[in-house]
Amino acid sequence: MSGPSDFQPTNPVLRWIERRLPIFGLMHSSFVAYPTPRNLNYWWTFGAILSMMLAVQILTGVILAMHYTPHADLAFRSVELIMRDVNYGWMLRYMHASGASMFFIAVYIHMFRGLYYGSYKEPREVLWILGVIIYLLMMATGFLGYALPWGQMSFWGATVITNLFSAVPYFGESIVTLLWGGYAVGNPTLNRFFSLHYLLPFVIAGVVVLHVWALHVAGQNNPAGVEAKTEKDTVAFTPYATIKDLFGVSCFLIFFAYFLFYMPNYLMEADNYIPANPGVTPAHIVPEWYYLPFYAILRSIPNKLAGVVAMFSAILVLAFLPWLDSAKTRSSKYRPLAKQFFWMFVVVCVLLGYLGAQPPEGIYVIAGRILTVCYFAYFLIVLPLLSRIETPRPVPNSIADDVLAKTGRKAAPMVSAVIAIMVAGGLLVGGAQSAKAEGGEVAPPAQKWSFSGPFGKFDRSAVQRGLQVYKEVCATCHSLSFVAFRNLADPGGPGYSTAQAAAFASDYKIKDGPNDQGEMFERPGRPADYFPSPFPNEQAARAANGGAAPPDLSLITKARSYKRGFPWFVIDFFTQYQEQGPDYVTAILEGFEENPPAGVTIPEGSYYNKYFPGHAIKMPKPLSDGQVAYSDGSPTTVAQYAHDVTTFLMWTAEPHMEARKRLGLQVFVFLILFSVLMYFTKKKVWANAH
Amino acid sequence: MNPDAATIAAGAPIEVDLAPVAEGQDIKVFWRGKPIYISHRTKKQIDEARSVPLSSLPDPQTDEARVKSGHEQWLVVIGICTHLGCIPIAHEGNYDGFFCPCHGSQYDSSGRIRQGPAPANLAVPPYQFVSDTKIQIG
Repeated sequence: MSGPSDFQPTNPVLRWIERRLPIFGLMHSSFVAYPTPRNLNYWWTFGAILSMMLAVQILTGVILAMHYTPHADLAFRSVELIMRDVNYGWMLRYMHASGASMFFIAVYIHMFRGLYYGSYKEPREVLWILGVIIYLLMMATGFLGYALPWGQMSFWGATVITNLFSAVPYFGESIVTLLWGGYAVGNPTLNRFFSLHYLLPFVIAGVVVLHVWALHVAGQNNPAGVEAKTEKDTVAFTPYATIKDLFGVSCFLIFFAYFLFYMPNYLMEADNYIPANPGVTPAHIVPEWYYLPFYAILRSIPNKLAGVVAMFSAILVLAFLPWLDSAKTRSSKYRPLAKQFFWMFVVVCVLLGYLGAQPPEGIYVIAGRILTVCYFAYFLIVLPLLSRIETPRPVPNSIADDVLAKTGRKAAPMVSAVIAIMVAGGLLVGGAQSAKAEGGEVAPPAQKWSFSGPFGKFDRSAVQRGLQVYKEVCATCHSLSFVAFRNLADPGGPGYSTAQAAAFASDYKIKDGPNDQGEMFERPGRPADYFPSPFPNEQAARAANGGAAPPDLSLITKARSYKRGFPWFVIDFFTQYQEQGPDYVTAILEGFEENPPAGVTIPEGSYYNKYFPGHAIKMPKPLSDGQVAYSDGSPTTVAQYAHDVTTFLMWTAEPHMEARKRLGLQVFVFLILFSVLMYFTKKKVWANAH
Repeated sequence: MNPDAATIAAGAPIEVDLAPVAEGQDIKVFWRGKPIYISHRTKKQIDEARSVPLSSLPDPQTDEARVKSGHEQWLVVIGICTHLGCIPIAHEGNYDGFFCPCHGSQYDSSGRIRQGPAPANLAVPPYQFVSDTKIQIG
């Protein structure tokens, strides 16, 4: 691992290169001959998982950047067109977006592992600090990337976070102007965020090289926390660690694929499917789940500057960990008290994450303050104190002894750890979920959808009828600007032929031009045209509709949601329930009532709707029985119309859903087989090492 | 990385005609990408703003110092919450002023912070009256 390698390639060409640049020797000594402790458990595979995730993010990111337009007016649309028109664009984008969450899940497990087994202690301080730097860079990159789709959460998240810097005394305002490149978050901000978001991953990759280098100088820590002394304590990196890591990576990929193919929007905010609007603030601005604990610390402190300082200190305190905890025993396995406090700390972090997603009022504020104190107390009081008063249990003499002692007795602490982590993850995710827009007091009733579940498909005839309802009713006020006529013939859609789509398009008058005389003219629609909007611009739409502009419907079923609350978000993860949007849209269409209940007054020009937040909606009851004449004999009732048009709008929001679920099944079968193979290969390779 | 010349030029002063704004109404205009609230305050709102003892305010400032004398009915403030930059909603909250939906800050009819995490009053942009019914912001 250190010192010159004695590796000599046998191939003469490689030997020629090796004499001039000893790169094969470096690779061989770092990733083949490198000795790893033989008692490492699966928590140690997260290093490899993180390396893979970094590679995945960079690879998908570079391709996404080829199709993305970093301009305030075009960014949202370009992201949507990636989802719709780019080959496998939906997969690239979902991989990149949920990949960020996976990256953070892995890094948190990696960090907690380091915390539990004392991996930050002498001689690994620099290794640990480099890790903290990587974590900081990851947070910055994640934040910058989240701004790029330029949806409502992107815009307002960027506004809130950049405003943190205005808390700096004297220079605050100038720093914020420098970050914005203007007088508010706007196009220059988006441009620089894009540039930095492209830059930082490569900086991370550079620091990762230093991190791995430092690791290979100090050697890996291990669950026993004793240094490797003899040959018997270690095994060669390849094949032992390589195959174990591969098995870990393939298991993690199954977890990743579950989100990617079946729950791609589970960790995202519905509000981010609404284009950024500097004039409207979302009701709840919630950062991505991985920042929530720090957001909770920020908000629990009533003073702005102190809050910002506390938030950054909460991360920076990690860098001082090697000196705060001076206990000689590394692994918490042999520290009865430290072990207890470690799990309490994990719970504190999870609860802080939960609070970060709650509105800052009442009991949440008080709980947030108590937990903030607990968070800092762990580092500043508990760990320094424990290292002085705790009597650790005896550690094994060597790693080999640890391995021998372990055969027979096992698993119990591992299981509890797994459960704790799962609860932690569940709650965190739930925190993010429950923070989504509160959809009013009455939750929309759950409907039965043909497209729900892992094998869900769009009901073709429902999509076709929905298109008819949209065309005859909704289209008078609502645009559908992300859908082109050609999409009607796309696989996985309403199932029309190309000729039918072209005929459908030719019914429309599309504005084109200017012609040679410099004048705009109208012509019949072509398949490549998009559905024309009923109003020339948002102001016209607003003026014609009593001050409330009818929203574009292309993404409406993904842009609307309602609060599911505990414990539903946990159950939803396993049942793959993600039809909040469609349920809400149907409920709105059916929720109109002639006479509002007693005590509710509806302003002039508004209508009472049971499911609309605040109940006063500007849209008059759009559908009534018998309004649209169906040709296939389906009932012409409001319930049927609502169901059909929602099915259609789910297709417009997620046109490649069928392809996604189909590919998901194939990937799942492959990954499970691969993992099983890896598991048995690993068993075989390790058979003589145990 | 500071604002470029075009951005600065686009941030030049703007003129706003106040004639169509009836008493009790308010309008929102954008200047330098920021929403500016211009409220035509009622007598009640002005009295409320002026009767509050200064010592009870987190960021003490008189209502007189926040409006132009002779034009007391007009309140012009930058509609950006001084906490973390969200846009407060006019005519909401307990003080006849503004309410920020993000973290619950409440401002009174003079745009002064009364309750919640925001540290300061809503900022008053530089402006002057060009005529009785027209102001220039910037």
